[in-house]
Amino acid sequence: MIPEFGQFALVVALVSALIQSTLPFIGAAKNIPAWISVARPAAQAQFISLAVSFACLVYVFIQNDFSVLYAAQNSNTKLPIEFRISAVWGAHEGSLLLWALTLGTWTYAVSVFSKKIPDVMIARVLGVMGIISIGFILFILMTSNPFARIFPVPIEGRDLNPLLQDFGLIIHPPMLYMGYVGLSVAFAFAIAAMLAGRLDAAWARWSRPWTSIAWVFLTIGIALGSWWAYYELGWGGWWFWDPVENASFMPWLVATALIHSLAATEKRGVFKAWTVLLAVFAFSLSLLGTFLVRSGVLTSVHSFASDPERGLFILIFLILVVGSSLVLYAWRAPAIKSTSKFKFISKETALLLNNVLLVVAAGTILLGTLYPLVIDALSLGKISVGPPYFNSVFVPIMVPLVALMAIGVLIRWKEDNLQRMKKHLLTYFVISLALGLLGTWMMPSFTFSAVIAITLAWWVVLNMSYHFMLRFKNKAVSWQGLKTIPRAIYGMHIAHIGIAVFTIGVTLTSVYSTEKDVMLTPGESYSLAGYDFKFSGSNKIVGPNYQGERGHVTVTQDGNVIAKLEPEKRIYTVQRSPMTEAAIDAGITRDLFVAMGEPRGKDGGWALRLYHKPFIRWIWLGSLIMGFGGLLAATDKRYRKAK
Amino acid sequence: MHPLRKRRLILVITMIFGIAVAVNFALVAFNENLMFFFTPTDVQAGKAPKDRLFRMGGMVVTGSVKKAADSVDVAFDLTDNEKNVTVKYTGILPDLFREGQGIIASGKLNDKGVFVAEEVLAKHDENYMPPEVAATMKKKKPAYTDK
Repeated sequence: MIPEFGQFALVVALVSALIQSTLPFIGAAKNIPAWISVARPAAQAQFISLAVSFACLVYVFIQNDFSVLYAAQNSNTKLPIEFRISAVWGAHEGSLLLWALTLGTWTYAVSVFSKKIPDVMIARVLGVMGIISIGFILFILMTSNPFARIFPVPIEGRDLNPLLQDFGLIIHPPMLYMGYVGLSVAFAFAIAAMLAGRLDAAWARWSRPWTSIAWVFLTIGIALGSWWAYYELGWGGWWFWDPVENASFMPWLVATALIHSLAATEKRGVFKAWTVLLAVFAFSLSLLGTFLVRSGVLTSVHSFASDPERGLFILIFLILVVGSSLVLYAWRAPAIKSTSKFKFISKETALLLNNVLLVVAAGTILLGTLYPLVIDALSLGKISVGPPYFNSVFVPIMVPLVALMAIGVLIRWKEDNLQRMKKHLLTYFVISLALGLLGTWMMPSFTFSAVIAITLAWWVVLNMSYHFMLRFKNKAVSWQGLKTIPRAIYGMHIAHIGIAVFTIGVTLTSVYSTEKDVMLTPGESYSLAGYDFKFSGSNKIVGPNYQGERGHVTVTQDGNVIAKLEPEKRIYTVQRSPMTEAAIDAGITRDLFVAMGEPRGKDGGWALRLYHKPFIRWIWLGSLIMGFGGLLAATDKRYRKAK
Repeated sequence: MHPLRKRRLILVITMIFGIAVAVNFALVAFNENLMFFFTPTDVQAGKAPKDRLFRMGGMVVTGSVKKAADSVDVAFDLTDNEKNVTVKYTGILPDLFREGQGIIASGKLNDKGVFVAEEVLAKHDENYMPPEVAATMKKKKPAYTDK
């Protein structure tokens, strides 16, 4: 009964979404208040139905009801309870339902937290979100029903892919989806503003907190994915330029551009048309990401099902959404006028450069991601674009971006002159360079990448601190004074410092990591980056749904024991699939990482992978700092004020 | 020209120039880093490049995997059911690397016609066959298509 009820709730959600996306639009166009006021209750009904439907699926998994095909394929009675719950979104059908629920959650949030925004506007925003909901709920019902039954009922489920039996699955997909789908709010605001023909500062102010929150989720979601890949995929990489990673990174880059151009649009009334276009692109890229992941056109850990029908559905939906948005844009854009002018040396120009660099970066990633697919689709051969392409293109774009970031924060709106800042910038540049050289000198070897990265990081941190202290010009720093600074300012500084931390992490990890696959018999040791890894054998282990072997490695430095690492090699009993559980000694300045390969030879020897990864934590730490900054900015109280 | 217009023109030209440089940069990097896919038959026929990385896919020939007892060196044969190519690799193979399994390796050919792999990929699913490899196998053995 419960599965059928879940499916019924999904149909109710579809009906609510239909109402939500028709009556309010007509009401807004013809100015019928009663119809406009349908938007909020319809949106809330849609959310509740989706939540009920999702709860039903969770219940099915908890109860091990293997008469439901999806549960039978992805769960097992021996699976620990937390993984049985997260297994709900461990494969295609359930993860789509999570997508729909996430959209429902955002829709609900818009209907509740936007009391200050005119009802007509909200009616249109919710209407647009309703249309997206219809697309996804139809997709689930027509091609990917998670509640479908099977007969005869299997006694036992096929178990969740062991790779997914991890804390990462519990948290990474929901966070990432909150980010992906959250961009639909900015999109809906942009479309609603175009429909209403009022693309003014108010529209930008309404969109900003929503865009920032979505960006925060996306940032954290991507960082979690990277962290998960690092420790669970077992091989110590944190970013592979895998098409699916790219699919999440492109919307991030465009959303970052959008946050900045929204600032210019709100404060100065410039780049209105461009901002709208960015909002459309950001969400389109997250739909594209969904298409790439769900259609099976990609080979990746993320692509579960390759069903051409599903791919076609999303592709058509994507074309409809992007196409109709662009038609609307072409129709409305000529009427959009910038209300103010700015000089070349101004914050407007700086933000424009920021946008150009971010969009070009997203474009180069798009090229590298889609080109192999296009070539394949046209039967022109099979090619792949490797990480060297992305690294060699991406890094040169990011260096000027980070360098300009510091100036962009200091420069004034409308008109400024560089003379004013020349002395200060020069001083800070010299200090940063000195610190960059000093920092590199402390590294094991001298590299230009490290000099550039550390210099840039200091450059950003110093300029942010300087900009912050400008607030206390002629005054002492006091608690009262700190409290009067708007959260948005704190948020901006913190997020940019996050970028500095991230830059250090990425560069130092890439340049100074050492890695070695070695074969060690018990008692043997191997020295890597000044650390001695001593292997003292392995023993058998038995877990709830796996068996395996646990290795014992003692790491010493100059005779002092630094860490005892116990990597595991597991065989999950149901799917008979092996898993590598790496053992990591995490630290602020370095991680030590050991993973078990395979037994070799007759004396209990193992092939082991050893890693020394300097500063890798800074990558995720930097992302968390960025996210925290974004959160502060989004919760600034001036967004809560009336229009 | 009006000073404001002139400034705008400079702005636009700078940007177009910047974008052009970026695009050029991207395309050069793109061309240098494209990796083509070849089957063992292609490789034996000399179609694969000599001094460039490329990817080769196929099935690991049963009984061909030789692991050194005192190091992490491995050698195995890769087949598309027509021709075989020997692959050498130094390092730990993926968990799902098995004989009879479809895999993809990226690397270069050495003078002896041995494929020296820098990376070996096997998907985390035992029934999985990389699409490239599946296509390769199908071409050679039509029996695969109508199961």
